[in-house]
Amino acid sequence: MKKLMISIIVMLALIAPLAMAGGGAERAARDGVELDFWSWRVEDVAEYNELIRRFEAENPGIRVNFTPYQATEYNTVLSAAVQGGNAPDIIHLRAYGGLEQYAAPGFLMRLDDKLPLRNRFDEDTLRAVTSVSDGNIYGVPFASQTLVIYYNSRMYNELGLEIPETWDEFLSNLEVMKDAGITPLANGSAEGWTLEVMHGVISPNFYGANEFFDAIMSGEAKFTDEAYRRSLAKLLELRPYMPDGFTGVNYVGMQMGFINEMAGHFIGGSWEAAYFNSQNPDLEFGVFAGPVENRGDTRYVSSYADGSFGASATTRHPEEALKFLEFLASQETGQFFADELKLQSDIPGVTSDDPYLQRILELNENSTPYIQLVGFRYEQPTGSSLLQSGLEGMMAGTIDAAEVTRQVQRGIETWFTPGQ
Amino acid sequence: MNQRSLSRNAWIAFFVTPGLAIVAIFIILPLFMSLFNSLYFWRGMARLEFAGLENFRRIFFQYPFSERFFNALGNNVKWFTTTMLVQNTLGLLFGYFLSRRIPGSPVFQRVFFVPVLFSIVAVGFLWRLYLTPGTGLVNQFLLQAGLGSWARPWLGEQAIATYVIIAVNIWRWLGFPTLVFYAAINNVPQDCLEAAYLDGASETRVFFQVIVPLVIPAIMIITVLTMIGSLNVFEQIYTMTGLSGGPYYSTDTLGTLFYRTAFGGVDTGLPLIGVGSAIGVIIYLLTFASSALAILYFRGRETEL
Repeated sequence: MKKLMISIIVMLALIAPLAMAGGGAERAARDGVELDFWSWRVEDVAEYNELIRRFEAENPGIRVNFTPYQATEYNTVLSAAVQGGNAPDIIHLRAYGGLEQYAAPGFLMRLDDKLPLRNRFDEDTLRAVTSVSDGNIYGVPFASQTLVIYYNSRMYNELGLEIPETWDEFLSNLEVMKDAGITPLANGSAEGWTLEVMHGVISPNFYGANEFFDAIMSGEAKFTDEAYRRSLAKLLELRPYMPDGFTGVNYVGMQMGFINEMAGHFIGGSWEAAYFNSQNPDLEFGVFAGPVENRGDTRYVSSYADGSFGASATTRHPEEALKFLEFLASQETGQFFADELKLQSDIPGVTSDDPYLQRILELNENSTPYIQLVGFRYEQPTGSSLLQSGLEGMMAGTIDAAEVTRQVQRGIETWFTPGQ
Repeated sequence: MNQRSLSRNAWIAFFVTPGLAIVAIFIILPLFMSLFNSLYFWRGMARLEFAGLENFRRIFFQYPFSERFFNALGNNVKWFTTTMLVQNTLGLLFGYFLSRRIPGSPVFQRVFFVPVLFSIVAVGFLWRLYLTPGTGLVNQFLLQAGLGSWARPWLGEQAIATYVIIAVNIWRWLGFPTLVFYAAINNVPQDCLEAAYLDGASETRVFFQVIVPLVIPAIMIITVLTMIGSLNVFEQIYTMTGLSGGPYYSTDTLGTLFYRTAFGGVDTGLPLIGVGSAIGVIIYLLTFASSALAILYFRGRETEL
């Protein structure tokens, strides 16, 4: 009995390291270097594999394994792997605070002394891949998202409406739709992040876009300032045009409303278009930027980098990993993302003949950082989480805009030092 | 003799060790790990220096944790009181009626228990669909029944959202206390009841003065389980109103607060494993203390025959 148990344990102890050590090293030695590349883009496996095929053709001797995980689980899987010393060589990272999470503890390879990134990308793009704790670059910019208002063009034609420029024109368009028996806005407030997006579309043109952003980062302005309070209060004017019981309408409900042409507008991000097209190919829609107060005012859209590519600090093949990152930063890759995945690539010189993507790029001529994500999604409580819950309360009428701004300011003051 | 007891002990150890190892690795170890983690400063996933009770201080005294913590605890209390009042009272009544062999009771016995078998996550997602304002079953039903004015965004109204989720949970779990009470009432000796009836006691009197005192152990078990369940409630909120406990923190509980502090989401920022672990420790202490109190309370009220 005892002997049997001992021999089982001894056998297990002998087998385990063999099983773990086997495979990988042997194969790599035979076929050259193998890089592991993790991502959350489960939807885009075919496209990424095609991109990798092109890289491998240009770089014989390097093989890249693309492994995507569900977006909702990705961060958990990745942080467990990184912490356990099993980080993949190439990592698809989020940007800003999402990058900081891995950059600050030293899990990522510093890139700005190895790749010519600093000259190639503009300041706003680089902010996404720069660690705030040491100012170094840890990622290759991937793609950006822009926050816009979608409108149903068929309804606009039937009702004789024109794309609004000012806030009043926008409200009057909503009113016309309401009178015609259509829900003017698909947006609900059951999920706070959709309210933050709504604020990202509407508010910058009232709080003073880039000027206010710079002032808040340097500490000259606060979220409790009148301009920001007023920009939040503007959202209240949209309540009459939101669906009945909008406090219970969640993201899926919003999408359904717009896709099934029950609602005429959808305030959201540039990522929605692909889903709208796939769910209802007959849906005719266009996009415009958040309206401004007076005719002729500069019309800003909020935009932000949606991710980046980095390399593990502990990769066993740093040279090959850098080669792949350089490829990911090339114009060829940017063009591939634009053509195949309809992504708004951050890489300079990328063009597109897709009318929707062109329109998004056109709106980006006046862009402003998506304020809470870009500046205040680093530590807890994030500006985003405070604003999202606060706006839920404001839209339900429980608290006013001033109280929302107080909560945001008070929360971020616990960790944010201006001017850094 | 000695040889025999040795081999006997070896066999006992052989059978007990696997279970003990699982309990030690997956229950006892994490418990002490979270206590350990709660006493340190963290930077993301990296553990830094010893922090003493700093993480606990932040929970109780630093904005916004202090407000979030007491708000969440308040909601856990709502979960406990509402579940006790509604679910367990109904469970006791249903258990009683089933034991009185009302017509169709074998069918009811099974029907009541069916939702208990459903996955908690599936129930949450389905009911979230049913409770959607425009197209959801619940509002559609009210409209058809001519009660359109009762229709509302059930999960979107701060005043009722928590109670709506509790109601869904009661629908799911009611079969369990019903079954426990049914079994307990069936165990009340028939001669006690007959003696009471012969003495001319009314049905109500028999229920309150004979049956209830004799099923105190079952009431104790259900109360303690309700306490544990109410302090640990998480999946129901996560699936129906999300991690942030919306709208405007009205459905937030210690479970959701713990999760988003310790692990975070896309927009909640750097995980605070120290503070999160501290919340976990507090949940554990609260659960332990309240269960112990409840057991002491009921022990004094048990009736021995």
